[in-house]
Formats: sequence, structure tokens, C-alpha cells
Amino acid sequence: MNLYYKRRFINGLNLTLSMVAMGFGLFWLAWILWTLVDRGLSIVSVDVFTHMTPPPGSSGGLLNAIAGSIAMTVAGVAIGTPIGILAGTYLAEYGQKGWLSPTTRFINDILLSAPSIVIGLFVYEVYVASTHHFSGWAGSFALALIVIPVVVRTTENMLKLVPNGLREAAFALGAPQWKVISLVTLRASKAGIVTGVLLALSRISGETAPLLFTALNNSFWSADMNAPMANLPVVIFQFAMSPYEDWHKLAWAGALLITFGVLGLNILTRFVFRSKTTLH
Amino acid sequence: MEALKSFNPKIEVRNLNFYYGKFHALRSINLTMPEKKVTAFIGPSGCGKSTLLRTMNCMYALYPKQRAVGEIIIDGENILDGRHDLNSLRAKIGMVFQKPTPFPMSIYDNIAFGIKLHERLSRGDMDDRVEWALKKAALWDEVKDKLKQSGDSLSGGQQQRLCIARGIAVKPEVLLLDEPASALDPISTARIEELITELKEDYTIVIVTHNMQQAARVSDFTAYLYLGELIEFGETTSIFTTPKQKATEDYITGRFG
Repeated sequence: MNLYYKRRFINGLNLTLSMVAMGFGLFWLAWILWTLVDRGLSIVSVDVFTHMTPPPGSSGGLLNAIAGSIAMTVAGVAIGTPIGILAGTYLAEYGQKGWLSPTTRFINDILLSAPSIVIGLFVYEVYVASTHHFSGWAGSFALALIVIPVVVRTTENMLKLVPNGLREAAFALGAPQWKVISLVTLRASKAGIVTGVLLALSRISGETAPLLFTALNNSFWSADMNAPMANLPVVIFQFAMSPYEDWHKLAWAGALLITFGVLGLNILTRFVFRSKTTLH
Repeated sequence: MEALKSFNPKIEVRNLNFYYGKFHALRSINLTMPEKKVTAFIGPSGCGKSTLLRTMNCMYALYPKQRAVGEIIIDGENILDGRHDLNSLRAKIGMVFQKPTPFPMSIYDNIAFGIKLHERLSRGDMDDRVEWALKKAALWDEVKDKLKQSGDSLSGGQQQRLCIARGIAVKPEVLLLDEPASALDPISTARIEELITELKEDYTIVIVTHNMQQAARVSDFTAYLYLGELIEFGETTSIFTTPKQKATEDYITGRFG
């Protein structure tokens, strides 16, 4: 009886500690969100989406920064995702023996935890310095370099979760390996891989350091990916560090937009995937 | 082996040895499986019966450390000589696994998947073939109104019949069944067994089973394996009533294993 009492006590203790830890995490998260909403929501207006970043002391919006952020984030994901998925597929499906896949996995892990400022400096050195100007493409490449390791890792992990029996069943029907991978295993891990891509997208949409050295910033509208490009993180950085009150306000609006943009995208994808997996 | 003389041999295993890395899993197996009959492999866990089954469609070739030495002759050709295209071999030799493995796609596409690998059919012909395979696997009536639904939505027994239908749809000559009913309830098991009896009209069937009653019910020939060796092989009725080896008798009567 004593033993069972003790077990129940330990169970209760563990449960309490877990709840406290969860509450601790949620508390800060809620506080961050609340601060963002509190400071930013009143600033978000039509003007924010229709006007360019203003000089200090005049009114304006964030249109150029929003557009630039979307363009570079989309380009970064578009460049990084196929490379990441292909490399992750290699690691999970082909790289059973030899030195290539352990080495790739090791380097990928280093890249995964590399400080983003290092990636910014790297792209500055190899791209910006050789083209002699900051540009939207440079920013996209830096972001792509952050996307790749995240997608490689999630793709590999998700493919490894696919039961081997499924692979064998497809091989047993006489399917060549590339068909087994593209039609069965990748399809079986689709939801997980998309989650990985979203994770990468969320990560790069707030990255400041790599853009500071590559896309820099632009106070005006520019759709030219070969020219310096405005973007939300750098604008927030610049505006928040400034002494001007109206710039501070726009920085809060920008932070709110990034956060809720990513949140909205996550919720949307979850929703789409849920209805799809139950229907088809 | 005398009894076999009156049947056409479909698969002949000659002096087969199998290795998992350094582990010697099958030792000098010699065995002939007759055409359009059911041959069952029985034996305790780890005796090599699944390994033997998996050499017949070269499944082991997926794993770098597994190796088969010897001959497996199907329709006069040695499939282990390394010159065989494994994809066309596997089109001829279907396989159903212990756990149902529906692909992450619709019921229809699950069946069409294998067909598309080897044949180009018009839409109408494909529809007919899918229906034919599902009927043959006794699943058609249960799924005909929900062909577009995911294969995962079916029950375990239905999923296993879907996998059998998927194997049949390619029109193989041999069906390898690796404990196809061990994860199923008794009613689903009975349906699978009925199905096996029907299917042997057209196919040569090799089944691995833990269940000796099942072997006795469905098979025409039985092979008893123990520790990687073939202990006894013959007609099921004689193996189960008058086994020649003491070891076989002990296993069948439940004194061992």
C-alpha cells in the first residue's frame, strides 16, 4: 500500500512540475503577444499597408518593407526548399552506407546552429562584395541558407518515420526506387515536411542579421531584386533604435505584422492539411 | 519428395544459404514448390521461414548486409544470378506482408499503383482491372462506393485484403504471403484463408505462418524449418499425420516451439 501511495505522490509531483513549466513558458509567450497587440494594434491602419516608410517626423507606412519581406522570404523558401527536400531525401533514402551522408548530416547540423549573422557576413563576402551592391537577391540567398538545414533535417526525420514495411510493399510490387520515394514515402511524410518548411519560413521571416549585410534597406518602393530592398526586420531594428516616437510606433506595427503573419500562415496550413488528410 | 513428381515445379530452391552479415540464417535449403498449389512454411520464430520467403522476390537485396548464395529457379531461370531485373521479377512474384501496408492514397490508387508500374491501360481498362482485383480479393462489395477514400480508412482485415488485391492486380504468377493473417481477428482470418483457397486456382502460393492449424487448413504442401535448416517437406496431410522426423512431430504436436 505504501508503495502505491508513493507512486501516486511521485506522479502528482511530476504532473505539477510539468504544469508549472508549461505555465512558465506560456506566461512569457502570452506577455509577448499581449505587448505586441497592446503597442502595435492601434498603429496598424490602412496607411501602414499603403504608404512607404516615412522620414522622421512625418506620417507613413510600411508598404515597401512588407513587400520586400514577402519577396525575399518567398524567394528564400523557394530556393531553399527544393534543395533541402532533395538533400534530406538523399540522407534518409539513399545514404545507407559510405562516408557522404554522415558527413553531410554533420555539416548540416553545424549549419543548423550557425549564428545567422555569420550567414549574413558570408553572403556579404561572396555575393555583395563581388557585385559591389546590396540587393534583394543577396538577402534571399542568405535566407535560403537558413532554410536549407531546417528543411534537410525535418525531411530526413519525417522520412525515417515512414515504416519500412511501406517501402518494402512498394518495392515488392516492382517499383523502382525513385517511384517508391516520390509516390509513397514522400507522400506519407508530406504533412511533416510541410511543417518543416513552415518552421523555416517562420524562422527567416524575423531574421534581421543576415538581411542587414545583404539586402540592407530602402526607404522607397523597389521591386528590383538586384537593388537594396526594404524589409520588416531591418526596418524594425532601425526604427526601434531611433529616437523618434512615430518611428517607434511603426516598429511595433511591423513586429505585430510579422508575428501574426507567421501565426496566421501556420493556422491556415494546419487547417488545410487537416481537412485534406481526412477527406482524400 | 516422391509425391511431388506428379506436379509441375514452379519454384526450385537449390542449395540456398543466406547470411545477415555474419549470421548464417539459412543452411543448404533444397525445396521444390509446385505450380498452383499452396506451400506453407512452418517453424518456431527465428527459424528462417520469412527469410526464405523474402529471397524468392529478392527483398533482401534492399539491405546491403544481407546476402543469398545458391539458386532459386523460377520457370527455369535462376533469379539469384544477379542478371535479373528485380522490378520485372517482382511483377511476376507478388508479396503480402504481416502488417497491412496501404499506401497513403485512395483505395483506387492503391490498386492502380502497381498496375501503372508495368502496364499502360486506358481509363476504362484500368477501372475494370481495379474492380477485378478487388472482387478477386473479396473486397469489392465493401469498398465499391468509396474508392476515392483513403486506404487508411479501412479496417485491418480490409486493409490486408486491399494489399492482396494490390498484389493480384499486377497479375503475378506467384504470391508470397508472410503471415498475412497474424495481425487479424478470427473472422478476417477466415476470409483470408477462404481467399487463399480460391486464389490457388490461378496462382502458386507460398505462405509463412505461425499458426499450424492454418497451415493444415490452407496448404497442400508444408515445409518445417528449424534453426535455418529444412527439417521436413512433403504433402501437408502426411506432414501433419505421419511426419517422418521426430522433430517435426514434436513441433506439430506442441511438445516443442
